[in-house]
Amino acid sequence: MNTVIDAHNISKVYNPKTIPVHAVNNVHLHLERGEFTALVGPSGSGKTTLLNIIGGLDAPTEGVIMVNGVDITRMRPNDLINFRLNNIGFVFQAFNLIPVLTARENVEFIMLLQKRHKKEREQRVRELMEAVGLSDKLDSRPAQLSGGQQQRVAVARALASKPQFVLADEPTANLDSHSASTLLDIMERLNREEGITFLFSTHDQRVIERARRVITLVDGRIAEDSAPTPTAH
Amino acid sequence: MLLILAWRNIWRNRNRSLITISAIASFVLLAIVTVSLQQGVWDNLVKNLVSLYTGYAQVHGKDYWEEQTLENSFEINEQVDQLVQQTPGVRNMTHRLESFALASSGEKTRGCLVVGIDPVHEDSLTRLSAKIHQGDMLKPGEEAALVAEGLAEKLNLGLGDTIVLLTQGYYGSTAAMKVAIKGLLHFGSPELNQRVAYVPLALAQYWLDANKRATALVVGLTNADQLPAVARTLKKALPDEYEAMTWQEMMPEINQHIEADSAGMYIMLGVLYLLISFGIFSTLLMMLAERQREFGMLNALGMPLGKIARVVLAETIFLTLVGCLVGVALSYPAVWYLVEHPIVFTGELAKTYEKFGFEPIFPAIMKARIFIEQGLTVLIIGFVLAIYPVWRVMHLEAVVAMRK
Ligand SMILES: Nc1ncnc2c1ncn2[C@@H]1O[C@H](COP(=O)(O)OP(=O)(O)OP(=O)(O)O)[C@@H](O)[C@H]1O
Ligand SMILES: [Mg+2]
Repeated sequence: MNTVIDAHNISKVYNPKTIPVHAVNNVHLHLERGEFTALVGPSGSGKTTLLNIIGGLDAPTEGVIMVNGVDITRMRPNDLINFRLNNIGFVFQAFNLIPVLTARENVEFIMLLQKRHKKEREQRVRELMEAVGLSDKLDSRPAQLSGGQQQRVAVARALASKPQFVLADEPTANLDSHSASTLLDIMERLNREEGITFLFSTHDQRVIERARRVITLVDGRIAEDSAPTPTAH
Repeated sequence: MLLILAWRNIWRNRNRSLITISAIASFVLLAIVTVSLQQGVWDNLVKNLVSLYTGYAQVHGKDYWEEQTLENSFEINEQVDQLVQQTPGVRNMTHRLESFALASSGEKTRGCLVVGIDPVHEDSLTRLSAKIHQGDMLKPGEEAALVAEGLAEKLNLGLGDTIVLLTQGYYGSTAAMKVAIKGLLHFGSPELNQRVAYVPLALAQYWLDANKRATALVVGLTNADQLPAVARTLKKALPDEYEAMTWQEMMPEINQHIEADSAGMYIMLGVLYLLISFGIFSTLLMMLAERQREFGMLNALGMPLGKIARVVLAETIFLTLVGCLVGVALSYPAVWYLVEHPIVFTGELAKTYEKFGFEPIFPAIMKARIFIEQGLTVLIIGFVLAIYPVWRVMHLEAVVAMRK
């Protein structure tokens, strides 16, 4: 059982009553543990919508999403919040961090919500900050970090909860190419060495080249998949 | 951790937080000073008024207040005296025997009110001796009178002259006496200045053939605040043939005036409360707008909305609480100053007050209740307003909030 995400026949229609927008249409998506997969496609093709649905942030109009064998479309809102906390790591395009907390506290925060012990928290913060190459920025506030450094803290924070997988919506969109490449290096290494599963969306050709699997969305449909989902088991 | 988050967020926008706190503090200060001043002024006025004549409360025979005749007087009764004296909050008391009479000298005759008093107790209650302009205070049992200046003038009488007092006694017979004027009284109120004369109680009883009788038992209090409690006790404890009345019941028009005036003040305070509510509310709105995305992000990561709401609540409560505490703390010296250095009216207004025998001085009053009431009211406003951001957070949708 190495399936992490099994999304079946996902559709999302915005404004169904006024001017319906079919953002995602009948998408089937199957992700194995340890994948390093890019979700690409033109602007408006439904990447963010699909990631939000998979991450349990938005409900699909139709379809079922199994995460680690659990149907998240049927969860009650409070259970879903808790499920996200313990199973899914998030990296957003920007404004990832709490501005009033230091880098260390931002990473630790998620483990506090999980009620982990202090010892464990502190050790993990150190390991993760080391892994993203920011051991010397533990006590910096987000405003004192560059955009690239902030995204690296966000990656550390996403991993702090020991999630099943990490969803990243255009994590490099606001970064210069050097910072983008550093961030990708870190994500790649975490994937290779720790077996962390990443699903990230991007526009950036250089980022796409680093992915081991590329799924292309056009008008809310999967137009191309370099390692397609088997339609039936 | 939630508290740390709240604490740091308060200082994230230091200026806004400080402005909010000082706005709340100044408002609390303003409210406390206004109310303290207002209550002080009225308390002072009432004190002046009741010490002038009525006292805070009086005990009469059952129907006396309705029909102020000797027939409705009562016999002085030691048990009743003791009951009144032992009521908690009562400082002192004195008996009076009052009757309308004709005062004359030679050709001139005037209507007046003759009051038989116990000179010692009367003086400690209404400080009658302070109103003596010429001459001396009465002594118990002596045959002498104190006459208001205006009355004496109308009758062409001076100190040492004899005044003739004529009326109907308790049993309906004619009562007449001649008595020497021992002192002339000056009252601010023209009403009193034209109309009163005082004689010792025993002389009045003898004159009116009303042995051991009185028309009123005037009650003085240790503290004006105790009036309601004292009145309640007396009304319950006194035998049926007696009636206890507060100054409000005896002078309802003045009480109404005070109530109307406080109503005006509370309306003004209400408007101020509204203003401060808008102030606090706009801070909350700004804070909410600024942090939508952050709240959305936190919720997306797995922070329950309830916890986010608690952070916001803690911030709001902290701001209001500190504002209120600072306001109360600042009010203390401000009110204290106005107690020690009362506002003194000068000019025409002062003359008007003096005419009625009141000092034109307006001291504030230092009452813990006012501080607590005003501080608490603003605090409660803050708490009530805090419901809004909490409600907003509880209805937040992560995806929507983050898109903003
Ligand atoms: N809340 C919404 N209400 C209505 N339409 C929406 C909403 N969110 C997204 N859409 C529409 O759904 C479609 C897919 O949007 P989505 O944001 O998923 O695209 P995307 O691939 O992430 O685009 P980009 O590369 O610009 O981020 C678009 O046509 C968008 O206009
Ligand atoms: Mg997008």
